[in-house]
Amino acid sequence: MREFGVGQSVPRYEDARLLRGLGRYTDDIQLAGLVHAVVLRSPHAHARLRAVDTAAAKAAPGVLAVLTGADADAAGMGTVQPMVPRQRRDGSPMVLPRYRVLALGKVARIGDPVALIVAETLTQAKDAAELVAVDYEPLPVTLGTATLTRPGSAAVWPEAPDNVSFVFALGDRAKTDAAFAAAPHIVKVENTISRVAGCALEPRGAIGSYDPVEDRYTVWATVQQPHQSQAQLAGEFLRVPPAKVRVIAPDVGGGFGVKGTGYVELGLVAWASRVVGRPVKWMSERSEAFLCDDQARDNVTSAELALDRDGKFLGFRVRTIANLGAYVGSAGPLPPTVNLGGLVGVYTIPACDVEVTAAFSNTVPTAAYRGAGRPEASFAIESAIDRAARELGIDRAELRRRNLIPPTAMPYKTALTFNFDSGDFPTGLAKALAAADWPGFAARRRAAAATGKLRGIGIAYAIEQAGAGLEETAEVRFDRSGFATLFSGSSPHGQGHETMYKQFAATFLGLDPANVRLVTGDTDQVFHGIGTFGSRSAAVGGAAMRLAAERIVVKARKLAAHMLEVAETDLAFEAGSFRVAGTDRTIALTEVAKASYRTFTLPRGFEPGLTERATFVPSAPTFPNGCHVCEAEIDPETGATAIVRYTVVDDVGRVVNPLMVKGQLHGGIAQGLGQVLLEEVRYDADGQLLTASFMDYAMPRAEDIPDIAIETNDVPSTTNPLGIKGAGEAGTVGALPAVMSAVVDALASAGVRHFDMPATPERVWRAIRTATAGPRA
Amino acid sequence: MYEFDYHKAKNVKDAVAIAKKQDEAKYLAGGMSLVPPMKLRLAKPGNLIDLNEVGELAGIKVDGKTVAVGAMTRHESVAESKDVKKAIPALAKLAGGIGDPQVRHRGTIGGSLANSDPAACYPTAVLGLGATIETDQRKIAADDFFTGLFETALKEGELITKVVFPVPDKACYIKFPNPASRFSIVGVFVSKKGNEVRCVVTGAGPCVFRVKGIEDALKKDFSPKAIENYKHPASGLNSDIHGSAEYRAHLITVLAKRAVAGAE
Repeated sequence: MREFGVGQSVPRYEDARLLRGLGRYTDDIQLAGLVHAVVLRSPHAHARLRAVDTAAAKAAPGVLAVLTGADADAAGMGTVQPMVPRQRRDGSPMVLPRYRVLALGKVARIGDPVALIVAETLTQAKDAAELVAVDYEPLPVTLGTATLTRPGSAAVWPEAPDNVSFVFALGDRAKTDAAFAAAPHIVKVENTISRVAGCALEPRGAIGSYDPVEDRYTVWATVQQPHQSQAQLAGEFLRVPPAKVRVIAPDVGGGFGVKGTGYVELGLVAWASRVVGRPVKWMSERSEAFLCDDQARDNVTSAELALDRDGKFLGFRVRTIANLGAYVGSAGPLPPTVNLGGLVGVYTIPACDVEVTAAFSNTVPTAAYRGAGRPEASFAIESAIDRAARELGIDRAELRRRNLIPPTAMPYKTALTFNFDSGDFPTGLAKALAAADWPGFAARRRAAAATGKLRGIGIAYAIEQAGAGLEETAEVRFDRSGFATLFSGSSPHGQGHETMYKQFAATFLGLDPANVRLVTGDTDQVFHGIGTFGSRSAAVGGAAMRLAAERIVVKARKLAAHMLEVAETDLAFEAGSFRVAGTDRTIALTEVAKASYRTFTLPRGFEPGLTERATFVPSAPTFPNGCHVCEAEIDPETGATAIVRYTVVDDVGRVVNPLMVKGQLHGGIAQGLGQVLLEEVRYDADGQLLTASFMDYAMPRAEDIPDIAIETNDVPSTTNPLGIKGAGEAGTVGALPAVMSAVVDALASAGVRHFDMPATPERVWRAIRTATAGPRA
Repeated sequence: MYEFDYHKAKNVKDAVAIAKKQDEAKYLAGGMSLVPPMKLRLAKPGNLIDLNEVGELAGIKVDGKTVAVGAMTRHESVAESKDVKKAIPALAKLAGGIGDPQVRHRGTIGGSLANSDPAACYPTAVLGLGATIETDQRKIAADDFFTGLFETALKEGELITKVVFPVPDKACYIKFPNPASRFSIVGVFVSKKGNEVRCVVTGAGPCVFRVKGIEDALKKDFSPKAIENYKHPASGLNSDIHGSAEYRAHLITVLAKRAVAGAE
């Protein structure tokens, strides 16, 4: 089974199904009596809701229900709650405006749900939605991350007159202030991290089905964390015990964090199903997705780096305003606060002081998106290092080299929450510079200049935290034919769980992948789970599967010893079989599994069957890291910018499937590059969404992505039994700072001193024009 | 999408007859511009007349002096046509750069022209080569065809049957694509035939337009250098999140120079 096991580039088993249109997504679920729901959304970014008249809509053909915020309150529907609590500067609890399933009293952002229309057909529901008469009284609109907390900005919520929901501080302010006071060099960067939309191929959707016999809800939905969605539906929306709610995530077409928890539509379809007595489906269209899916990033950060005369880092100070949007979403407080450790990077920075102010605006709420604060943190430190290198006249790679944490210092406690267990950063840097031919760049720049192009090279050494804290579960269940069904609390949305878990089964239990099936995403079938996010499934889910497999072997060994009439200690388990030490007598695990159901032949005290489950709780996070080097070419006449070369040397710990890791890196890098070059959510001054379709929101295409050279510098993690660190977000975490570094370097060669993403053509053209026109006066 | 009645036309005569009879009728060619707004409920035709099985509307005929393209000819057919590539390589390249492969296999030249999207590619070739648009009723010179934003000289129910392009000495189309939609932020088509020079811009105005300043300069000297100091006025040009009027004005000169340099 070695060729199907851990470490092999096993092609993805799920692709045969998914690529031929045989996937079973939420929208593919057919239920008897299924009816359709449409969410009527606010066309205003901020308005008082004076009246919602549903009479005409209710009388329209095929309409079964028209529900409003008042109905939701009357039905006792709850509100979205954030996953973690935070405080304001004075220690009082964070400001938490009521985040209802349907707006009541006012709407606070474009797309706020105002009514749910349920009808026999989707067309009837849409027709009726046009008949709902809503009386809006527009209110002042508050936008612009940098200015949200300034005096004079209109308050989004009266309970937060300064628009501040919470302030989060980390690090050692006194020590950092002292480091800065004594520092001969201080450099400062002011960066804007643009707002993006995490556009999964499959939009979001949900089907609610209420069973009056059991008084129980089933919700099929496009979610990444079915058990957490179950908890939220039960605890926050429906206010029933979790046992009354079953959530099923069927095939899910991309998530990236955007399909996390906190979406009111799950609560709406469940509630509506109880109201109309039929299963109710809501499926977002692409243009609705831009309004109803959480958006991401969007902060303004000021970062100061203190250095000594030799370029050694002495301290790092960061002040950030994070734009929460109109509400504190379920995952809203996470990106600005939980991954700040990446701010000190892979460097020996003795003192760090961070303060994040999270503020309201009349925009779509922000939440987690691939990296969830990690790319933002890496960008802050890496852009500050680039600036320091320029101001001090030191090569950017050399300045990094001088400050890298040496492998001999592992385990290493950083000044900002991260305690690195492993990693060889000097080797990673050296390999990346060699693979990217860093020394040869000057010649490539000259060649580009000869064709009228500005060429820049960028570098970033990113590190992130993955697989922290939360547990994951696994179960192995053999049936009486020896076939194994695996259950995992972590469910896929494109990552390749089926392939990975079959590889685990091949390595841990020697099972033929053809005789293994993976079940995920169903809270009735999987006893417990946390879910897929934060690059955690391989490390944490894999460790759980290994524990379950070990338990299988322990139990099976008892029966194998009985069958072979030897002592348990005489048996070695290898490649799927128990072998009597020193002989060629063996029995396959699958044969033992079959025998485990032959009740009357079992040894005394042996419980029939072969099923084990396990929950793994990581003792500490892992720290995937990687050095990214890329080159950008700018056409100064038009501002068109292309990434023409990309190299990454990555440490994702032990690799389960090199092919899938490459895929993760490719996709991750595409999303980092996409944010820098193409993607940006834009609102106009009235809070109307200008990028409401792919006609205006630019996604990266294959032609925008260069060939990506990937080399490895893997150092196994010591914090989980498999040595896995995680690969899901690594590409994006490194790409955002690396691509910006290249663009800024190219622009610097034309005299541009500061540039904020995105590097869209006109912005680049203007930056060059302003810089070249500047000194004339 | 709102409900509508669907009619499958057998031939041009049939299509025109249905259009006369039905209210709020629209011809359905490739559907690449018509169907998306229908799906978003932004367009509400009561009747769709499907031209996709009208064989007489599709096809390419090239003789020594002209390239005639039937209204229902797909972009991909024009892009891949050996005859077009030989006679007017700029036209084949333009067609090969529209949208994406899916769009090019569905979209048609007739549909593009009748729609007259302000950022479409085909209108530049039609005006830039001085083509003639033939309909079920008459022949319309390109200079008279494009009249405004999504507006043309076509009358209610009038159906484009083919477009006849005169073969130029040389021509070239350069497009600076909108990174999201891949329509043009600005596209410039330049052609030379004897003493006549045409320079046509898309993406920058309500519909395609000729740039007299560039044409005059190129008549004297058909070289990029001849127009490098040309400055197009920004006033009146399109402005959106992808490009200000000033940027578009700048791109007109940049792309025109590149088109002249690339003309073949």
